[in-house]
Amino acid sequence: MDIFLQLLASGFLVGGIYALIALGFVLIYKATNIINFATGEFMMIGAYIFYSLMVYLKLSPFIGFPLVIIFAAILGFLVERLILRHMLGQPNISIIMVTIGLSSILLGMAEIIWGSSFRSFPPLFPRKPIILGEIVLRSNLFYGFLMAMAVVAIFLLLFKYAKVGVAMRATANDQIAAFSMGINVKTMFTISWAFGAIAASMGGIIIGNIGGVQPTLGHIGLKIFPIVILGGLDSIIGAVIGGFIVGIVENMAGGYLDPYFHGGVKDLAPFVVLIFILLIKPHGLFGTKEIERL
Amino acid sequence: MKILSIDHVSLSFGGLNVLSDVSFDVNQGEIFAIIGPNGAGKTSILNIISGFYRPEKGTVSFNGKDLTHIPADKRAALGMGRTFQNIALYHGMSVLDNIKLGAHSHLNTGLLSALWYWGSAHKEEMQLRRKIEEEIIDFLEIESIRNHPVSALAYGLQKRVELARALAMRPRILLMDEPVAGMNAEETEDMARFILDIKEEYDTTIVLIEHDMKMIMDISDRVLVLNFGQALTQGTPKEVQKHPDVIEAYLGKKK
Amino acid sequence: MHIGDFKETYASDQAVFINATSRFWLGILFVLLLLFPFVAGDYLLFMANLAGITIIGAVGLNILTGFAGLISLGHAAFIGVGGYTAAILSTRFDLPFLLCLPLSGLMAAFFGIIVGGPSLRLKGLYLCIATLAAQLILEFIFVHWESMTGGIRGMNISPPDIFGYVLDNDFKFYFVTLIMVILCVTSARNLFRTRVGRAFIAIRDRDISAELMGINLLRYKTYAFALSSFMAGISGCLWVNFLKTVTPEHFPLLESVRYLAMIIVGGMGSILGSIFGAIFMTIVPEIISTALSSLVHIFPTAMSFLFPLQQVIFGLLIVMFLVFEPHGLAEIWRRIKNYFHLWPFEH
Repeated sequence: MDIFLQLLASGFLVGGIYALIALGFVLIYKATNIINFATGEFMMIGAYIFYSLMVYLKLSPFIGFPLVIIFAAILGFLVERLILRHMLGQPNISIIMVTIGLSSILLGMAEIIWGSSFRSFPPLFPRKPIILGEIVLRSNLFYGFLMAMAVVAIFLLLFKYAKVGVAMRATANDQIAAFSMGINVKTMFTISWAFGAIAASMGGIIIGNIGGVQPTLGHIGLKIFPIVILGGLDSIIGAVIGGFIVGIVENMAGGYLDPYFHGGVKDLAPFVVLIFILLIKPHGLFGTKEIERL
Repeated sequence: MKILSIDHVSLSFGGLNVLSDVSFDVNQGEIFAIIGPNGAGKTSILNIISGFYRPEKGTVSFNGKDLTHIPADKRAALGMGRTFQNIALYHGMSVLDNIKLGAHSHLNTGLLSALWYWGSAHKEEMQLRRKIEEEIIDFLEIESIRNHPVSALAYGLQKRVELARALAMRPRILLMDEPVAGMNAEETEDMARFILDIKEEYDTTIVLIEHDMKMIMDISDRVLVLNFGQALTQGTPKEVQKHPDVIEAYLGKKK
Repeated sequence: MHIGDFKETYASDQAVFINATSRFWLGILFVLLLLFPFVAGDYLLFMANLAGITIIGAVGLNILTGFAGLISLGHAAFIGVGGYTAAILSTRFDLPFLLCLPLSGLMAAFFGIIVGGPSLRLKGLYLCIATLAAQLILEFIFVHWESMTGGIRGMNISPPDIFGYVLDNDFKFYFVTLIMVILCVTSARNLFRTRVGRAFIAIRDRDISAELMGINLLRYKTYAFALSSFMAGISGCLWVNFLKTVTPEHFPLLESVRYLAMIIVGGMGSILGSIFGAIFMTIVPEIISTALSSLVHIFPTAMSFLFPLQQVIFGLLIVMFLVFEPHGLAEIWRRIKNYFHLWPFEH
């Protein structure tokens, strides 16, 4: 029984961090209707940049974080400007494939620059594990969770109240109406990509802090898909809740089923769940079914 | 003889009432026009007839048959042709292929015979080609563009190709959504002439949404006026023109 | 250039090789392909077989993604299903090669329908994500179902034979590959002369109005998916019988991406494009590998960059072609041909 609570708790925490990364995906999808296959790679680049800043330049995390945010924003900006701008008007599948190509480029470049071996992060948080009753929680997981939740909260508030956030929501909802209201739609696209990259990178730093970095960190980003399908592609709440659910499910599956399969179940479980969701409720818990016009 | 019956149909999306209790009949062989301001629900009626939307209340009957349980893709085979407000041609195909696609529900080639091709598929394709050339391409005067990619065509010609494709569906009833939108006077005349020719040559019933009042008054047998999802009135063009509610809807209240 | 090119029957107007000139060149090509193995060295022969096997997979993916507009990220996994099926049928059940071929295809098609099936009802985007899931799930199965697949070590198979005639070298195998490629390319091309192919294109371009034209979306999407996976399975069977070994390493996500790159570079929605793309993307990894190994005396660790460099280059090819030449090499070829058709005139 106590393994159950343990798995539940750590799954919940990691889920919160996934939620942040999923948020990065949903932000871009909501504003631009683009499925960003490179979300995981944004995440990984964020982790690697932060690692390099900390280890090679010996900067403190307080400088490192803002620098990564700036870098991620630039990355998002460049992707949107240089590549996606040229794809306006092309069919959706072409744009999706461009992001697939982009993810491949980023993945390869990361391995070329930083090598394929595993690097462990210098610790950001106090080492002492957090103990709640019988449950032992690793400190980097626990504090990482808190940090992720803080960032998610900031984004949610930004969206709800800040001018730029409202403008993004308007653009996401109806581009033409937003345009006629004086919102610069193209700028909104760029901002959405920048924010999306920032959210993913932050998530990447937190995950990197927990498990170290290697190029395959981007594969964790693939878990985005079960999360956003479960939550609903265009739902921010869905991304958060989906993140929690997937985190818990994969932890449970891994904990209970790994012995039978010699490992690997944890990474697989979310995708099996994905198939089931597509069968039962493809638009997810909170997604909106688009009404098509003819 | 009634070919199409719309019976107390209502449709809403969330809180938005698109159609409220609309009823009308269309007689075999007539040209029936649906007019009304933008957003009145005209396209939605066509979409319900085509099977793309499901009405919450009411039924649609075609040739006496209730269509409620017949899915959209099966309605083409019943003889329902359709053109669209925003031209829905397939840009990846030539004019000829687009037209051939209209005949899809009347063909029989399956996956395996398609892969093998020589044999029944080839025969069917040749018959199809002959029929389209003789009955549609000649009729609509589009011989010179038959192999062009549709994206290269002028707007008026694209609309005509859409009509050709609808004809390939061998329609008993042709549902047309703003067939002359954006056309100049001469193109409108041409299209109107084609529509009348189709009605006479093939005895096809035509249901037509349009904003061009002159054309409506010239060629329709009967008109239905919609406003805010409700049927205002129906009758012959002359009757509808004089109806006070219609005048109010288009021109506003007399002060 | 040719002029005075008019046709007197509909059949000749709609033929694939529409005039005597193209039929002539086709004949020359066929003769060259037959003579090739007699003059080619071992390396070229190996590459030719590889290219041929890849063409079959590429044509399959193009039918699904290029023509029907449904992106698949799981193509490599379905090739793997075909490959493993062939290996299992041949080693455990001693089935002859000619029987393994269609069975591998059917098995891949079966898996394809199971995984893609539920999401075929939805927009193609969901199919894309489902195929990603399929790729990862199948990878897991390849590695972990050790009793069937041999796990990480994989399986070895003995050279295939056709009615007793053993295909124990690349030369003999070439002719089998050639026949399969011709069959595959021909049937794919045939498809688009019929209503089935047109339905695929309609689904890609505007699926809603396609439905109102009488096309049952679910049925045709399933056809596209089944056919694509079937061809992947055939490709996998040939692959395994050619290399005489199969391991999970051959079917990673990167390989699915390479196949996508093939059809993008070659030209989506074009059978000829699939051929160009397959050949191109078979050569590219070789070029990278050769380039890196020639640098080994300057950079001893050069070969460790093989995998990531491939990732970068595949990704770059995908992005560059989609942005600058979305219709791929097939379009470039078409422009060249048109130039020569009209030469010495400009228009």
